[in-house]
Amino acid sequence: MNESILTIAMPKGRIFGDACRLLRNAGFRLPETFETTRKLILELDSEPFRFILAKPVDVPTYVEYGAADLGIAGKDVLLESGRDVYEMVDLGISKCHMAVAGKPNHRSRNPFLKIATKYPNIASNFYRRRGEQVDLIALNGSIELAPIIGLADAIVDIVSTGQTLKENGLVEFDRLLDISSRLIVNPVSYRLKKNLIDQIVEKMIKATEGTKIGMD
Amino acid sequence: MAQPYMFEKPLGLRDTLPRAQREISRLELIFQRELQRWGYDFIKTPALEYAETVGRASAIADHRLFKFLDAESHPVVLRPDMTTPIARIVASSLRNEPLPLRLAYTANLYRSQRKEGGHPSEFEQTGAELIGDPTPYADVEVISLMMSLLEKSGLEAVRLAVGHVGFVNAFFYDMVKDKETVMHLRNQLYNKNDVGFHDFVDDLELPREDARKLHLFIDSRRMDNRDTIKFLESLVTQSATPVHSYYENIVALIDLLSVDHLETQIDLDLTLVPHLSYYTGFVFQGFGGNLGFPVASGGRYDDLLAKFNRPCPATGFGIRLDRLMSAMKMSEDGHVNKKHAVIYDHMHAGAAMQFAAKEREKGRTVVLQHADGIENPEVFARQFETVRYFPDRTETGE
Repeated sequence: MNESILTIAMPKGRIFGDACRLLRNAGFRLPETFETTRKLILELDSEPFRFILAKPVDVPTYVEYGAADLGIAGKDVLLESGRDVYEMVDLGISKCHMAVAGKPNHRSRNPFLKIATKYPNIASNFYRRRGEQVDLIALNGSIELAPIIGLADAIVDIVSTGQTLKENGLVEFDRLLDISSRLIVNPVSYRLKKNLIDQIVEKMIKATEGTKIGMD
Repeated sequence: MAQPYMFEKPLGLRDTLPRAQREISRLELIFQRELQRWGYDFIKTPALEYAETVGRASAIADHRLFKFLDAESHPVVLRPDMTTPIARIVASSLRNEPLPLRLAYTANLYRSQRKEGGHPSEFEQTGAELIGDPTPYADVEVISLMMSLLEKSGLEAVRLAVGHVGFVNAFFYDMVKDKETVMHLRNQLYNKNDVGFHDFVDDLELPREDARKLHLFIDSRRMDNRDTIKFLESLVTQSATPVHSYYENIVALIDLLSVDHLETQIDLDLTLVPHLSYYTGFVFQGFGGNLGFPVASGGRYDDLLAKFNRPCPATGFGIRLDRLMSAMKMSEDGHVNKKHAVIYDHMHAGAAMQFAAKEREKGRTVVLQHADGIENPEVFARQFETVRYFPDRTETGE
């Protein structure tokens, strides 16, 4: 763990653009090519930071093991992975929610409801708390397919605009929780590089307040 | 699972090969010497304990215990910690020893782990327990001792985070006046979920000032020690309350640690709440080197001995040797591994043995090896600092 440089794990894909915008708002001078590059590791000349670009579900893993000191990760990914990291700031970006959805008027013929999901832990907790036993089917993408072709009775997945559900003739049954991106920190990095990390946390809190006011 | 391959071991278990074991032995020796110098006596306990006694009293979740039946069909566990067995001994065999007692151990502990690297199910821990002393001076002693061990191990950039579970509980109770809500707030701290904590506080609909104090409490993690203490002072409005006496203990501890010149390495952070639920007062974790996980942890557990029918205050810590090893740069064998070889034939066996014995007397590590037993003489010789042949040949190793 190099004391003078911070490694920040960034989620590629959907959240990446929002995260970059927020970092710029927080005063970090990211290069213009930041969003388009195919490099996986990027160092800044202006600041003592190194960014690693990871698959969003892997960000908490990099941070828990200390391979990255900080990271930006969605609440969905954090809940599902249950990693031991500090969840320090709600960044208020990439907002969406987790929902149960399926075909309207669908009647299950299964003894237990079949639920397809990318989030087996979240889905299992949700149904257990409701006192309902279900069969979970783990998928990795295009979850909406499952109820349409009869692989599952319903899905548990994130919904942002609801457009995908609509276009595939699905409706939302239950809303599980609201989701946004969080700033996460490795517990040991926090102790060993407290000053540097505190500065970032404070900048991010300020920038977040900005986006909240701007968005409301 | 499928039939295991011959090289496989049960899930989460691993071998320690010579190179790592040398390093572990070196650390064990350093720790043993230092603990004895501080007047701590080493003890051993069995690896198996009854599930109903030590298993239940240890704060390790049930699904993480290795639990099975002994020959008399009694449920037993592989010990998941050493603090609980030591509490059992202090409450029984050592019942009549004068307090405070200072005990130390090095032992393998067993906790069933998830299927992932870096989390072994069996690991070695060295620790110390100071039993029978309720004062913050005892807390200072164990913290200083732990720091001293970590420093002596050669770990770089040793840091310590100190919290106080008693203060947290009492302060939260003052704010929300409900035990279940206190537990919920404390769980957010344990889960390191600041966002969840803030959201939960907002949902409580507390008086504005109380909610502000709770929000600030989380932010106090970012304060330096002096500001943290000032902040804590502002939370303590009445004297002669539990919060007040905990606050005084915290001030005393930080003062005493600065006498020891440890203050710069210590981060007072009241949001630190570790998983072991038997802690009642100060809690702390040690960090350093090059690892994402704490290498050591400890705290005060004043209620644990009561579970063995001997109420008694106590405080202690454990250092995980596996984590310490990964946090440290592996020493380039160097001083540890200077081995010398004596290679002989039948005619010269006597002379070679005498020579080897003499060298060993001098404190050297000598491998005595008959030439006919060596698979490849050239490769074999390369492992040694020097090689002496009987009968004499002129070459030596590097």
